[in-house]
Amino acid sequence: MMLQNLRAIAAIYLFELHRFRRTLMTGLLVPVITTSLYFVVFGGAIGSRMTEVDGIPYAAFIVPGLIMMSMFTESIFNASFGIYMPKFTGTIYELLSAPVSATETIIAYVGAAATKSLIVGSIIFLTAHLFVDVQVAHPFAMAGFMVLIAISFCLFGFILGVWAQSFEQLQVIPMLLIMPMTFLGGAFYSVQMLAEPWRTITFFNPIVYLISGFRWTFFGQGDVGIEFSLLFVAGMLAVCIAIIAWMFRTGYRLKK
Amino acid sequence: MASIIEIEGLTKRYASGHEALKGVDLTIEEGEIFALLGPNGAGKTTMISIICGIARATGGSVTVAGHDIVRDYRGARSAIGLVPQELSTDQFERVIDTVTFSRGLFGKPRNPAHIEKVLRDLSLWDKRNSKILELSGGMKRRVMIAKALSHEPRVLFLDEPTAGVDVELRRDMWTLIGELRQTGVTIILTTHYIEEAEEMADRVGVINRGELMLVEDKVALMKKLGKKTLSVVLAEPLTTVPGELAEWDVALKADGHEIEYIFDTQAERTGVSSLLRRLGDLGIAYKDLNTRQSSLEDIFVSLVHQEKAA
Repeated sequence: MMLQNLRAIAAIYLFELHRFRRTLMTGLLVPVITTSLYFVVFGGAIGSRMTEVDGIPYAAFIVPGLIMMSMFTESIFNASFGIYMPKFTGTIYELLSAPVSATETIIAYVGAAATKSLIVGSIIFLTAHLFVDVQVAHPFAMAGFMVLIAISFCLFGFILGVWAQSFEQLQVIPMLLIMPMTFLGGAFYSVQMLAEPWRTITFFNPIVYLISGFRWTFFGQGDVGIEFSLLFVAGMLAVCIAIIAWMFRTGYRLKK
Repeated sequence: MASIIEIEGLTKRYASGHEALKGVDLTIEEGEIFALLGPNGAGKTTMISIICGIARATGGSVTVAGHDIVRDYRGARSAIGLVPQELSTDQFERVIDTVTFSRGLFGKPRNPAHIEKVLRDLSLWDKRNSKILELSGGMKRRVMIAKALSHEPRVLFLDEPTAGVDVELRRDMWTLIGELRQTGVTIILTTHYIEEAEEMADRVGVINRGELMLVEDKVALMKKLGKKTLSVVLAEPLTTVPGELAEWDVALKADGHEIEYIFDTQAERTGVSSLLRRLGDLGIAYKDLNTRQSSLEDIFVSLVHQEKAA
């Protein structure tokens, strides 16, 4: 009932991937270079002084955090741009006047953005292997976690893209909110290393649970139990889906 | 003829409180060209936006090809092709890709032959591999029409198709619309160029401040409301209108070189022959006479004025 226009899903999905293909070189080169720089700076400079975290070599320890950080920003940027650009150029008229349901729209836009985000995440994972030997304890859980994270953050990016009314607004959330939360959320250190009260405060940061969960899939341990991480991912998915459902029902910033 | 769009009691009130549509009733017949005429801000675009799914109605109902636009939006929207007023295109895409995309978006199976036909009909085939940003404004407008036609709609909405288009392109557009009509597509166009409605439409609707003031067959409308203007070019200029001509309500034009008399073509007695006789009696010689049919523009202006006066 909800999914009748599969051709529209395919059309939007391929259109979005085509858009990514146009900027393929920068799109893929940037994460590779960024990852390499992080390894040189964090792995090389800091890692030489701090050899192990929780019994894991520091260079390997930061790999899950790096992948998560890039996937957060990639997902948000890709998904928010995907829906913001048609709003900005006016081509959204076609989407709104097409026989396409809200669910179909979301699947197509979020699916395309999540695909790109997963490609970037995989490239970072492969790049990391050039610098450090990382063993993955739970490969299937790792892949599944990446998919969930990509979808959740793309949904979030979609909301951002619908909400934003300028390019500045589009940038402000990932730059001023997600980026600091990721840095302070244990991407490059274990929360257990922090002194009180910072440790307790840090646990109010939802990103901690996401990075911790991903780290668990690599090393079989994290700052919190994997069940808490999954709970937070599920919570984020639920909240995003609820907001998007509300947006489409009311036509928020999409329909006049 | 069967109706293809039925609009009943359509209202739209924006969050600001502005009432863009105040209960519009309108039926569009299949295969006709309908021109929606009105000044800027009259509610033309709002009406189209609601029918096409871009805006929500506050009240009333619309069916397109028998499908309610809210309950059965898929059925309704599948029947519609929309070309909005603003030139909005995916600048970096190729022409053929963006048109193929539109067909997919509307859920139709791939049909390269149809896409080729649409592009050829719009003289875009040679440009099919060009990026849209390389095209001129007129060509971009054509691309938007091609996108709207890609999924074989039964109704085509053209919102101000010739706004900001030069005279030559406007002529091209009129030819194109005439050709589209031959294919059986119902066309609804909005315009504030009256000559455009006059040139192309079968029926004309006049909308002003959210109300449909009149819907009429174009020819009948021009006949019914049509007035003619008689200009009498004088041999010698006059400084004032002689009192003997008072009953005709004439005006002096061109520094007294012309007398202008507006008459109703439908009236029992137009007053033309008696006026000319009287001029002869008064010894006012004239060199030339001409009459001119008043245009839709005059009709439109008088309608809008009547409403303001009321």
